Amino acid sequence: MEQLLYASEVVVNGLMTGVMYALVALGFVLIYKASGVFNYAQGVLALFAALTLIGIQQGQVPFAHLISAVTGMHLDSFGWTVPSLLAILLTALVMVGLAILIEALVLKHLVGQEPIILFMATIGLAYFLEGLGDLMWGASVKSLEVGLPQGLSETVETMTDSLFGYGFFIDRLDIWATIIAAVLVASLVAFSQYTKQGRAMRAVADDHQAALSVGISLRFIWVMVWSIAGFVALVAGIMWGTKSGVQFSLSLIALKALPVLMLGGFTSIPGAIVGGLIIGVGEKLFEFYIGPMVGGATENWFAYVLALLFLVFRPQGLFGERIIERV
Amino acid sequence: MLYREAGDFKTSYRDDSQTFPLKLDRWGYYAALAVAFLVIPFVITDYWANSVLVPFLIYAIAALGLNILTGYAGQVSLGSGGFMAVGAYASYKLATAFPEISILIHVLLAGGITAVVGVLFGLPSLRIKGFYLAVATLAAQFFLVWLFNKVPWFYNYSASGQITVPERSFLGWIITGPQTSASAKYLVCLGFAVLLAWVARNLTRGTVGRTWMAIRDMDIAAEIIGVNPLTAKMTAFAVSSFFIGVAGALLFSVYLGAAEASETFGINKSFLVLFMVIIGGLGSIFGSFAGAAFLVLLPVFLKNVLVGSLGWPTDLAAHLELMIVGALIVFFLIVEPHGLAQLWRVTKEKLRLWPFPH
Amino acid sequence: MKKRSVRLFAALATATALAAPAAWADLVVPNFSYRTGPYAANGAPYADGFNDYFTLLNERDGGIGGQKIVVPECETSYNTEKGVECYESLKGQNPVVIAPVSTGIAYQLIPKVSADKIPMYTPGFGRTSAQDGRVFEWVFNAPTNYWDGASIAIKYLLDEHGGDLNGKTIALLYHNSAFGKEPIRTLQELSKKHGFKLTEIPVDPGSSQEQKSQWLQIRREKPDHVILYGWGVMNPAAIQEAANVRYPMEQMIGIWWSGAEVDVTAAGAAANGYKAMAFHGAGQNYPIYDDLKAHVFDKGLASQGGPHIGTVLYSRGMHSAMVTAEAIRKAQELAGTDAVTAAQVRDGFEALDISEERLAELGLTDFSPAIKTSCEDHGGSGMARVQQWDASAKAWNPITDFYEPDNEVIDPLIRADSEAFAKENNITLRCN
Repeated sequence: MEQLLYASEVVVNGLMTGVMYALVALGFVLIYKASGVFNYAQGVLALFAALTLIGIQQGQVPFAHLISAVTGMHLDSFGWTVPSLLAILLTALVMVGLAILIEALVLKHLVGQEPIILFMATIGLAYFLEGLGDLMWGASVKSLEVGLPQGLSETVETMTDSLFGYGFFIDRLDIWATIIAAVLVASLVAFSQYTKQGRAMRAVADDHQAALSVGISLRFIWVMVWSIAGFVALVAGIMWGTKSGVQFSLSLIALKALPVLMLGGFTSIPGAIVGGLIIGVGEKLFEFYIGPMVGGATENWFAYVLALLFLVFRPQGLFGERIIERV
Repeated sequence: MLYREAGDFKTSYRDDSQTFPLKLDRWGYYAALAVAFLVIPFVITDYWANSVLVPFLIYAIAALGLNILTGYAGQVSLGSGGFMAVGAYASYKLATAFPEISILIHVLLAGGITAVVGVLFGLPSLRIKGFYLAVATLAAQFFLVWLFNKVPWFYNYSASGQITVPERSFLGWIITGPQTSASAKYLVCLGFAVLLAWVARNLTRGTVGRTWMAIRDMDIAAEIIGVNPLTAKMTAFAVSSFFIGVAGALLFSVYLGAAEASETFGINKSFLVLFMVIIGGLGSIFGSFAGAAFLVLLPVFLKNVLVGSLGWPTDLAAHLELMIVGALIVFFLIVEPHGLAQLWRVTKEKLRLWPFPH
Repeated sequence: MKKRSVRLFAALATATALAAPAAWADLVVPNFSYRTGPYAANGAPYADGFNDYFTLLNERDGGIGGQKIVVPECETSYNTEKGVECYESLKGQNPVVIAPVSTGIAYQLIPKVSADKIPMYTPGFGRTSAQDGRVFEWVFNAPTNYWDGASIAIKYLLDEHGGDLNGKTIALLYHNSAFGKEPIRTLQELSKKHGFKLTEIPVDPGSSQEQKSQWLQIRREKPDHVILYGWGVMNPAAIQEAANVRYPMEQMIGIWWSGAEVDVTAAGAAANGYKAMAFHGAGQNYPIYDDLKAHVFDKGLASQGGPHIGTVLYSRGMHSAMVTAEAIRKAQELAGTDAVTAAQVRDGFEALDISEERLAELGLTDFSPAIKTSCEDHGGSGMARVQQWDASAKAWNPITDFYEPDNEVIDPLIRADSEAFAKENNITLRCN
């Protein structure tokens, strides 16, 4: 009985972690669906967004270090602080600007290239943004405060304690992440179903050429999709940044999103969510039951093995579009 | 004017299908080999060996291996780091278990062991394709590194999990361990690189290579015309992993001398090798060398210029270095998506006409 | 590979060669820093402290014994291959000591420095058994090391529990790498000796910001104490998760690499009461800071503009620089010349005697334990103390005196490890 309670606690927490993974995976799916680009830079985008958010919030001078190295002037801060909401808005604008730049400088020139070339280009982009983020805002650890609560939820603990005699642990941040993810997905779905731009986006995802022939501007759609992906990256950056501080390692969460993508399919938004949940629960349960027998720290690879097992039976992922091959 | 095929007659099919059909190319190749084997070993310094040439040669071997898999057989892999770890740990176990056998043989055996492991992790490629496969190979990457970190047998139960290469010699020359001279290190790696490049070149233009390319261009079509996808894909995984395993074994035993799975053979290594292949040019032997040279030399060069010559603070230089490498990758892809090898081919075409435009 | 590529290569080669700085006439003490990559937040303060101390010596005293100290910095990104590149490029400048601030790089370089005859100094990190000077002639890790740290943590806990840990449970949460695995053997031995139960919980370096399963396990099993051997983002993430599951901070104790400001600030007030070991003080309440201010900071010479002055890792960099400087001084004394070589500095390291009086002279009263080395003992006393984080004052306060490690347990372990190394590599023992 006790074992079962522990296991269910692990499952619940796994689900919550899965939501956090899915937040990162969402950005990948959006871009892949609309442009067929596997955007490796998504993790770095999240880092860059979080760094920019903190920088704006605390009134940091961008490139302060570079300026002082070149001119000898020591500027650290503008001396103001910006309220969180406004800062988030401004950061979202920065991400839109970034999307425009990426489209104009990179994607535009690579239209029609093979997927692996585009993938490679996003890796170049990731390098560039990583260097740029550090150069702009410095490489030290920063804590991110936008007013999200964190820590054990007492309501859940006392409730489960009175029900089962064992208080479950649920992080309040995770609850918030779940709510935010739900809102995000709902609004993304609503956007793509009910707005003109959304429909254009789906048309592009369906067939580039057909979309072009009915007068949809591919370039506009790409900018839009990258902006949305930038915004999703910002949300993911906020959640993960609140969790463990903002620094280089934040960009590595992309690696946790890959098995999620594989499992859910690169082209499906619900797939990203379901994939996230399965990976989250799977890796936590495996670590709980099998981990102690084999020495632990299994989460890193087990997620991939789990996704691999699913793929062997469904090579396009759970919700991916069926791969039809013709000779 | 100088670089042309006029007057370079071939009288047999054998001559016609040789690797370097142009005389000038051929002589250039022999000259490069002569310089590499007969001149450089006498002038090489520790710095040049350890910072530039040895890593260049080792990564070139790894890039060759991945190029066989990705460039010739069309199977994208992100497991190179893990396979290099297999090569490194295999050579370590072999070298410590059978000290009387030459380490050069151990390196080759380590490649063989890696080939077996590679085939095992290559099996899903029969079902899974494209990026799904790329991500699936990450399972190999993370699992293998975890395994070498977790099972003490692999690192002979040392307290920290580090493996350190024992000192070994070949024909009286010390080739592993701290006492190794720069030229010995260089020559061992050069020998392997040249040998394996020759093997790769001849494999890829033979029957095996053509089945790989058929699978790459369209596997269903290839199957219909009688290419067995199982053998084609598995041989590609085996040969590729062999190369990568040898590279891993050399990286550990000749270059670094000590290694730890998660640090030396992490996911970054997989990406690095893939970059080399793509930047250099998919499906090109020369491209593997060019890509490796580019990505090994560029950071060292940038660092020396930014920190050494311009006197910038090291952290600024490191950040700028990342930005420049990233921007250059994007730039190269835009200018020539088929990599440095294609750039080289285009240059050669132009050279044939030079100085007359038509 | 033809003419053009050869020419291009030659051009690159000349550029690279030209770019490599010329040899120096002064004493060269390179700074292996990492201000980028996953561990940048930890590496930057350390590098700053290291730089500033030598800047102080150069500015105030004109160097050591009239010899200017040159501190070329080389960025390693905590990456072993870059570390090797740094070593090879700096070797041309004839450094008198090598101090790579990374256990991975240290392991890589131990055979190389022994062959090249350059002393290596790895205070509080690197290969623990290198303290056995009979085997590791060129490596020094005074004042303390990972195994000492494990033993001191247990000693401290023994004191807390009135000398009895029987039946207690202690969890070791460790970075799943060479560094994190170091203390396991020692703790296993100690658990046999003192009768506590040890649970080992690894955290993978690649995914160390997501430690939910580890902390759910800790929450279920409620160990009496958690010993933390973390590095980089693993530390703030662990402390944050500990706060999340309401694990009492007072019951956690970190190794010195898990006890800096960067580790606790992310968790804010929740990190109050977290304990960590330290082999040196932190903060600016030492007389040396008057000199630093006058000769370095006020002249605008602080490394990187001085954003980390007085932090724990800054102080550690300073400590490392201080011991190195004392070794050079000793070497000058022993060799009777000011322009000492690497081999002479090695002798200086082996004859170190930094007494408490000497520390006071240096303006570092009660900053760190006294250090005395010998031919057999390259590890010093191994002493460290426990400090506690005060989140409201944002300061680390020492709460104990310096502890001696349990040498009865550690010495045999070290001898076994170093003798095994000697056997593997055919090293004859020195100091007979």
